[in-house]
Amino acid sequence: MTDLRKTVAIVGVDESDEIGKVPDKSNLTHHAEAAYNALEDAGMSIKDVNGLFTAGTSTLNLAEYLGIEPSFTDTTAVGGSSFIIHIAHAMAAINAGYCDVALVTHGEAGRSRRSRPGGDDADPGSQFETPYGFLGAPINYAMAARRYMHQYGEEYARQGMAEVAVATRKWAQLNPKAYMKDDMSFDDYHNSRWISEPFHLFDCCLVTDAGGAYVITSAERAKDAKKKPVWVLGAAESHDHNLISQMPDLTRTVAKNTGPAALERSGVTHDDIDLSMIYDSFTYTVLATLESLGFCGPGEAPDFVADQRTAPGGDFAMNTSGGGLSYTHSGMYGMFLVLEAVRQLRGECGDRQLDDPKLCLINGTGGSLSSTGTTVLAID
Amino acid sequence: MAYNKPIPVPQGESDVYWQKAKEHELWLRKCNACDNAYFYPRDISPCCFSKDTDWIRASGKASLFTYGIVQRAPHPGFVDDVPFVTAIVELEEGPKMATNIVIDNPTFDNLQIGMDLEVVFEDITDELALPKFKPV
Repeated sequence: MTDLRKTVAIVGVDESDEIGKVPDKSNLTHHAEAAYNALEDAGMSIKDVNGLFTAGTSTLNLAEYLGIEPSFTDTTAVGGSSFIIHIAHAMAAINAGYCDVALVTHGEAGRSRRSRPGGDDADPGSQFETPYGFLGAPINYAMAARRYMHQYGEEYARQGMAEVAVATRKWAQLNPKAYMKDDMSFDDYHNSRWISEPFHLFDCCLVTDAGGAYVITSAERAKDAKKKPVWVLGAAESHDHNLISQMPDLTRTVAKNTGPAALERSGVTHDDIDLSMIYDSFTYTVLATLESLGFCGPGEAPDFVADQRTAPGGDFAMNTSGGGLSYTHSGMYGMFLVLEAVRQLRGECGDRQLDDPKLCLINGTGGSLSSTGTTVLAID
Repeated sequence: MAYNKPIPVPQGESDVYWQKAKEHELWLRKCNACDNAYFYPRDISPCCFSKDTDWIRASGKASLFTYGIVQRAPHPGFVDDVPFVTAIVELEEGPKMATNIVIDNPTFDNLQIGMDLEVVFEDITDELALPKFKPV
């Protein structure tokens, strides 16, 4: 495989103007505001953009709204991981010469314009899952978490899930843009109401209104950007099912393939990583992902995250924005993993800033634990 | 009150499944290339991508593979049902399918992963019945 390390860089990132509860803004408004802000962060113009990527709406819709006529267009939509996978696709397209400045945007008024899950009558899910009430992520992901508890122990798994929820909230308390900043004790976690058992409320991500965008460009064009480039070292993507009932192993995501592949392409190992941004749609998603990525073995994640190891001051920095659990989660959260990774590597994170991180691993998970995209970012 | 949950719409590849379900029988597709049953029904098998496939009647026996107890209704049609059990069951023939477990007062204690189940059918309209499972 061609060595693509440091051939492309992320040079601009930002959210839409307001995130959280923003009832008067549409999905596309969030897309456009985030695009505007990310281009400003990059010191680039919309006129520079010739590659366009999104998920959740077609780039047809988006390009018209933004006034772009792209020479490369990609609406890869495989759930919340899509915006991580777009990094890999942009890397390929830029290296092939199809575009040199790519804009990737996300916008979702998930809280204010919540749509009911549903699909085409002919889709298998409409016939074989939704009639039973398999509607929405908390119900689907609960299938996997319950199976994990069966395999590795209910109390043991529960404690791991609690550690993730409490640690992530501590990071959110250091992020001015975070939606949920109240103190959360272990008792608060265990006493929060059931949503879909085994999930308490505090096992579940937020549902917010938010947009985000990043600008990714060639090494050559990155020299023109306002800030230091954040390099893409390597990336990998996969999916192994759509419906949760069809998932080959409910305790292992395809991060088991994309993690090792992305690390190998990046020429780094787990021990080199300074920050891990792990899609936390649910506390359980983090446990399954850490194991699948190979940070620890199957069934070991609750021990791995024990004693608030991932909280501020802990020795495994993870989800420093406050994550989907406490910062923001519009529906397809992956975009926001990228924003935080870039800001941490640039040293822009204020009270939650890590001490000079050089390497960040991002893993997005989409669908019903269906798809993953893993990438490693670096700063010189 | 009229049934107001999402209703499956039989398709060309699944009409036998739903017709048999209406007769309170559970039928599966089987791949003749590898002799394995699979779920959900489709004409070309996902195991071998073979068109040499049959319909077979399932025994209706299954074991509980995993489940959740839904406390917050995800749709207006389920409001009167909470708490209810969404589950993935492993059929005796091998495939797994999503379903509900029919049980009063579901808890982690009375729902044990691996427990034996058997199919039951709920007539939801004049034309459709949903296969569900109950503890044996």
